[in-house]
Amino acid sequence: MPLTIGVPREIAAGEKRVATVPEVVEKLTKLGFAVQVEAGAGDAATVSDDAYRASGATVVEGAAALWSTSDIVFKVRGPLPEEVGLLREGGTLISFIWPAQNPELLQQLADRKATVLAMDSVPRISRAQKLDALSSMANIAGYRAVIEAAHHFDRFFTGQITAAGKVPPAKVFVIGAGVAGLAAIGAASSLGAIVRANDTRPEVADQVTSMGGEFVTVDYEEEGSGVGGYAKVMSEGFQKAQREVFAKQAKDVDIIITTALIPGKPAPKLITAEMVQSMKPGSIIVDMAAEQGGNCELTEPGSVVVKHGVKIIGYSDLPSRLAKQSSTLYATNLFRLMEELCKNKDGSIDVNMDDEVIRGTTVVKEGSITWPPPAPKLSAAPAARPAAKPAPAAAKPHGHGKSSAPSSGTKSAVLFAVAALFFWFIGAGAPPAFLAHFTVFVLACFVGYMVVWNVKPALHTPLMSVTNAISSIIAIGALVQIAPPMDGSLDRPDGWIRVLAIFAIVLATINMFGGFAVTQRMLAMFRK
Amino acid sequence: MSQSLATASYLGATILFILCLGGLSNQETARRGNIYGIVGMAIAVLATIFGPEVGSSGYGWIIAAMVVGASVGLYAARTVQMTQMPELVALMHSMVGLAAMWVGFANYIDPVVAARLHGAEKTIHDLEIYIGILIGAVTFSGSVVAFGKLSGKISGNPLLLPGRHFINLFGLLVVIYFGGQFLDVESISNGMMCLIVMTIIALAFGVHMVMAIGGADMPVVVSMLNSYSGWAAAATGFMLSNDLLIVTGALVGSSGAILSYIMCAAMNRHFLSVIAGGFGTTGGTPAAAAGGAQPAGEVVPILAPETAELLRDAKNVIIIPGYGMAVAQAQHTVYEITRFLRDKGVNVRFGIHPVAGRMPGHMNVLLAEAKVPYDIVMEMDELNDDFPKTDVAMVIGANDIVNPGAQDDPSSPIAGMPVLEAWKAKTSIVMKRSMASGYAGVDNPLFYKENNRMLFGDAKKMLDEVLLALKG
Repeated sequence: MPLTIGVPREIAAGEKRVATVPEVVEKLTKLGFAVQVEAGAGDAATVSDDAYRASGATVVEGAAALWSTSDIVFKVRGPLPEEVGLLREGGTLISFIWPAQNPELLQQLADRKATVLAMDSVPRISRAQKLDALSSMANIAGYRAVIEAAHHFDRFFTGQITAAGKVPPAKVFVIGAGVAGLAAIGAASSLGAIVRANDTRPEVADQVTSMGGEFVTVDYEEEGSGVGGYAKVMSEGFQKAQREVFAKQAKDVDIIITTALIPGKPAPKLITAEMVQSMKPGSIIVDMAAEQGGNCELTEPGSVVVKHGVKIIGYSDLPSRLAKQSSTLYATNLFRLMEELCKNKDGSIDVNMDDEVIRGTTVVKEGSITWPPPAPKLSAAPAARPAAKPAPAAAKPHGHGKSSAPSSGTKSAVLFAVAALFFWFIGAGAPPAFLAHFTVFVLACFVGYMVVWNVKPALHTPLMSVTNAISSIIAIGALVQIAPPMDGSLDRPDGWIRVLAIFAIVLATINMFGGFAVTQRMLAMFRK
Repeated sequence: MSQSLATASYLGATILFILCLGGLSNQETARRGNIYGIVGMAIAVLATIFGPEVGSSGYGWIIAAMVVGASVGLYAARTVQMTQMPELVALMHSMVGLAAMWVGFANYIDPVVAARLHGAEKTIHDLEIYIGILIGAVTFSGSVVAFGKLSGKISGNPLLLPGRHFINLFGLLVVIYFGGQFLDVESISNGMMCLIVMTIIALAFGVHMVMAIGGADMPVVVSMLNSYSGWAAAATGFMLSNDLLIVTGALVGSSGAILSYIMCAAMNRHFLSVIAGGFGTTGGTPAAAAGGAQPAGEVVPILAPETAELLRDAKNVIIIPGYGMAVAQAQHTVYEITRFLRDKGVNVRFGIHPVAGRMPGHMNVLLAEAKVPYDIVMEMDELNDDFPKTDVAMVIGANDIVNPGAQDDPSSPIAGMPVLEAWKAKTSIVMKRSMASGYAGVDNPLFYKENNRMLFGDAKKMLDEVLLALKG
């Protein structure tokens, strides 16, 4: 018996999105599910009931009827209390939940013996990217934030020189270079604005540059990457340095877009009232963190206010303002999650708690709260790794007999002992003439070692061919044997020696000339 | 020319050789470095010829021999294809080895030398001859086999005789035994017998050692033979009491040793295990037996026009060349594509793995030949962090060096080997002739990644099509 997926109309005020779209209905049907949609669910996102019907979904009149006949409910916003009451006992709900902010909701859902997967709790690992609804929504929000700013801003974004005079480009400052921030940077720079951005995580600087922005650094040593690629709370010293940077930017820029969020905490207050006051009249602040309290002290969530001549936009429904787009992306994210849940494509789901992605996403499993999940294993930031490595090594005690830490010390001690013994042996047994040569030999090895380490890997082939050419110095060994000064008394097999020596000279000369010539040829090719 | 003047010239030559190697530390000074080497060599050779140790009766012979050698050498240098550099270098190593052998024999049968030495000095001198010939012979036969393998005249697969380590050990014991005998014998003809037996064993050992090593370990082998040819020269230097030979040999020897070390580090393998050979014996069969988990997923093949499309839409492209590019001689087409994209403002760079190709720095030389500017050719460490913001990573004829299994799968035979993280790019395109596994015989999970596309076919042909599609 295939399970039925139900998609109710969103009843939260102002919510225009819908949790599935006709294209995705078709894909869900292929996975074996039956899909039903509440009448009018897609109206606000300009998707008609007929379009749903055409894609194979059943349209059901009334929320109660839909909820009671659905095994799995897809929603965008977390359920309101009246919706929780509609959820079938033991049913499955997939939507945004924000479990950290809504513990009562979580408890109510658990009381319904429900299984709940929270799209805001998808672990941030690369395998889960395709179902990361937060990123899809943040991307849209970032774009929309720029569009809202442009709408309220009374100038061009791009600089122009017109017959009627010169127009300076708008300057945009983006705080927080996560998905939303990067999308905002990209949108603003493609509109022609000068974009600067700041983030507590230094490793995103390159991403900012790649989107067309300029990274503004805070001159203070502290690594801001938390677990799972999110930012963490910074120290007081850092925050002070950061505020100075922001204050400076506030005086200069026309538009500030803030996206700073720390998981499970109210949004940090980054833009003070004084900073707003210092901005040019007509400037815009788009506070994308409005829903979590706002990054600006003067933000009023959900509305646009004018303070000190600066418009502060505190919309918390930016993705919903692009309802069709966000519905499509969100529906696809849900579909990807269903693919993970329904590996057999038979219209049933298996909430496999051993799967890292599903484990992280599931916040209530058959009536028991499973949130928060165990900590994710990896930080998404590769830059953090080298910094972390030396730490444990340094923590080990040094120089104690039993500890395994000084093994490298022991090794080199043994090495030195062997070398000392070897040199003593040579010194005791060898004649002085040999020792002189031996000294030269050992020193030359060291010189070679020092010199060759500096050679660039790109030049390793020329290095080999030139050392090869140089090794034809062996020719000298042959040269001195061809016709050495004779004392005449000895019977020297001249013929044999000469033949051998001539062969050796020919071979070595091939090498000598060939080696240098080919090296020269190769080196001539390297060009900037 | 007096002995002192000759010695002073040798000192000058030594310094020039050191400057020569030092000059190679970057591209700007490299050419000057090579010239230092040439001048140094010229000084050394002239000082020897006109020095006290060569009588004027030898000039004719010397000039004749050098003219022959020089013309052969220059001809080879001029005609060699850059893709054949590894073969040429291996062949030239063999010549140094053979020359060292001949010099050793000649020195041994020269009574003038023997008459000068007594007691411990005589013993040491004999030992030097013995070791010099030994190293020379191993270098010679090993390089010849390496040449054969690199030029495809001998199969690149490792040849594994049963009990090969015991064969080598036995050979070593015999060599040591005859070494002892050799030091004791009085007459030259008896000693000659020991020398010849040892030489034959050394030759066989060289052949056997390199035969057991597979194709992609060749960078290590070639640099190791490079090192040996240096040690052979140094041993000859000891034998002839010639400091110039000792110093030069030591320079070359340590340079080769360092290169071998770098290559081994790049494969995360121990030098001894490379030399012991036998890696990647499974050849072409993807080895589930090798313990690697079978990667799941689908391979998505694409065609040249789609590749062109991906490249055209990209802002950041990293090209990762491998031995396949050298085989297909595709470097010039690669450059045409690079130039086209760069003119369009695409940031194209090259990522070179230390062991890509068949000798250290092989890829750099090929790209340089195709006129790729060296400042966009990066080392692995320089751009591994940049893959996440790269739109397209194009892998041309490489496999193991982009295998994510080396990082994720501890049971993989190449686990821990540093690799280019091509899979982190938004899209990766792998150009390969077929799905066959790489040299290490490990299946490559990269091919099955969701953001990976496979472009099957001969690298040159496919790239020509991509170029055509780009321009069209």
